[in-house]
Amino acid sequence: MEFDNVINLVYVIAATLFVFGIKMLGSAETARRGNLISGAGMLIAIVITLLDQGILDFKWIIAGLVVGTLIGGIAARLVKMTSMPELVALFNGFGGLASLLVAWAEFEKIKDFGWGAYSAEMGAPGYFSSIVIYLAMLIGGITFTGSLYAYGKLSGRVSGQAKVFAGQKALNALVFIAILAIGVLFTWTGDLALGDTLFLVGIALALLFGVMAVMPIGGGDMPVVISLLNSFSGLAASAAGFVIGNNVLIVAGCLVGASGLILTAIMCKAMNRTLGNVLFSGFGATSQSEGDGDDREPKAISVQDAYYVLEAASSVVFIPGYGMAVAQAQHVVKELGELLEENGADVNFAIHPVAGRMPGHMNVLLAEADVPYDQLVEMDNINPIMPTVDVAVVIGANDVVNPAATDDETSPIYGMPIIEAHKAKTVFILKRGQGKGFSGLVNKLFVLDNSRMIYGDAKATISELVNELKG
Amino acid sequence: MDLVLLFFIFVLAAFLGLELIAKVPSQLHTPLMSGSNAISGITIVGAIVATGANLNGTVGMILGFLALVLATINVVGGYLVTDRMLQMFKKKDK
Repeated sequence: MEFDNVINLVYVIAATLFVFGIKMLGSAETARRGNLISGAGMLIAIVITLLDQGILDFKWIIAGLVVGTLIGGIAARLVKMTSMPELVALFNGFGGLASLLVAWAEFEKIKDFGWGAYSAEMGAPGYFSSIVIYLAMLIGGITFTGSLYAYGKLSGRVSGQAKVFAGQKALNALVFIAILAIGVLFTWTGDLALGDTLFLVGIALALLFGVMAVMPIGGGDMPVVISLLNSFSGLAASAAGFVIGNNVLIVAGCLVGASGLILTAIMCKAMNRTLGNVLFSGFGATSQSEGDGDDREPKAISVQDAYYVLEAASSVVFIPGYGMAVAQAQHVVKELGELLEENGADVNFAIHPVAGRMPGHMNVLLAEADVPYDQLVEMDNINPIMPTVDVAVVIGANDVVNPAATDDETSPIYGMPIIEAHKAKTVFILKRGQGKGFSGLVNKLFVLDNSRMIYGDAKATISELVNELKG
Repeated sequence: MDLVLLFFIFVLAAFLGLELIAKVPSQLHTPLMSGSNAISGITIVGAIVATGANLNGTVGMILGFLALVLATINVVGGYLVTDRMLQMFKKKDK
């Protein structure tokens, strides 16, 4: 009993370190130290847990820690910055599955001990334990397959398109009701054999539901999905904390759950859509009509001519999108920015909150390319100065610069805050081909009088510009 | 174990989390997400207990072991990759 108190005190310290760590992650100056502090909290939580007297055998614990450290360490070293959304999705999924397994292992313990002995040991009534075990399993399971599916969509292993079919919502609702019904039965029954069957069916349904929930969500809405799954992975850990009656799991998991939820809300707001709309509407699955009959054709410009314009510009704003990540163009973009600066131009990067496939995706890519973070300007700060900008260079972004969002009430993206590239004196749009954006809309920006398209691979185009400038 | 106390802690932690994150600038969203993702690997504590407290070779122990591997990947990978990202965030040094 004495030593249990020591363990719990150390858990309080760990939780405090998590809180400080998260707080420090909120500023670029302190973020790295914040991450270390939160890591230190994790380390002492792990070490003190190893001293728990309930542990009978260390062999497998050490094996597990070693294997996990190797895999995690190698993955963290090798991952490309452009693939960060995939990695985070995968880690979310692992966390979710771990929580599911912890809940399951606890249920196995109940099967060994019987409800009576287990409840006496936990000091909690059986119905409480069964509710939280089911919850931890459910949230963890949905997080796991949802994240894996999101990973598949992000990495291109499965189609990133939203998949909708007739009766999809009804089917999802049905599965969800089945999950709840089995949960109620699982809590209700004291019979362990029946409980075991119900639990296994519950796992299967939770895993199925994770896939079905992510299915109707398209690639461009991934920032919302990843944020939400991040929140879920925290909630799963928190639920696992209720299962084993452990405060540090409850607190840490809940902190993550809250942070993921806030990011989710920020992402939704940046698209002017509700969470319900993102999750259920199958946005982007159906191709929209061509709009209001604007039949002006986009005008193309050669790289050579673009160079003359850039060379004469005194202020340039780059607006990157997912296309920059796909083309791996961040390094040449940075080089171009530097050359333009040397040429006397004022260079900034305008970052839309949902540009890319996860929150902050563009910032990480540009940071990797050594662009100083004070050059990365948020949407609300760049828009007021847009009319004074000589050239706005849109690199692989589409919907986030579509002026239809501000002036066409019939547009599905009407009301979404955008980076007002169209207000710049000249707009260059780097684009692979004449395809549409994620929303399936024709972008009105492309046909404006001050817009010029530069077709081709973004990286190749920018490299050419760099060579011209060096020339 | 006082169940109401656990809920109390949960609710307070939720409000604390909401307060802490609300002001994070958007440029740090990715590291925030991967860093908090690493924290959600705290399940590792539950996994250690489950692996160690169940008898060798039982289903519970095997499940605990799998949970431990996954949670460790989550923790170690999450912290390292966050550090790798944050290391790249630099101010202009001119």
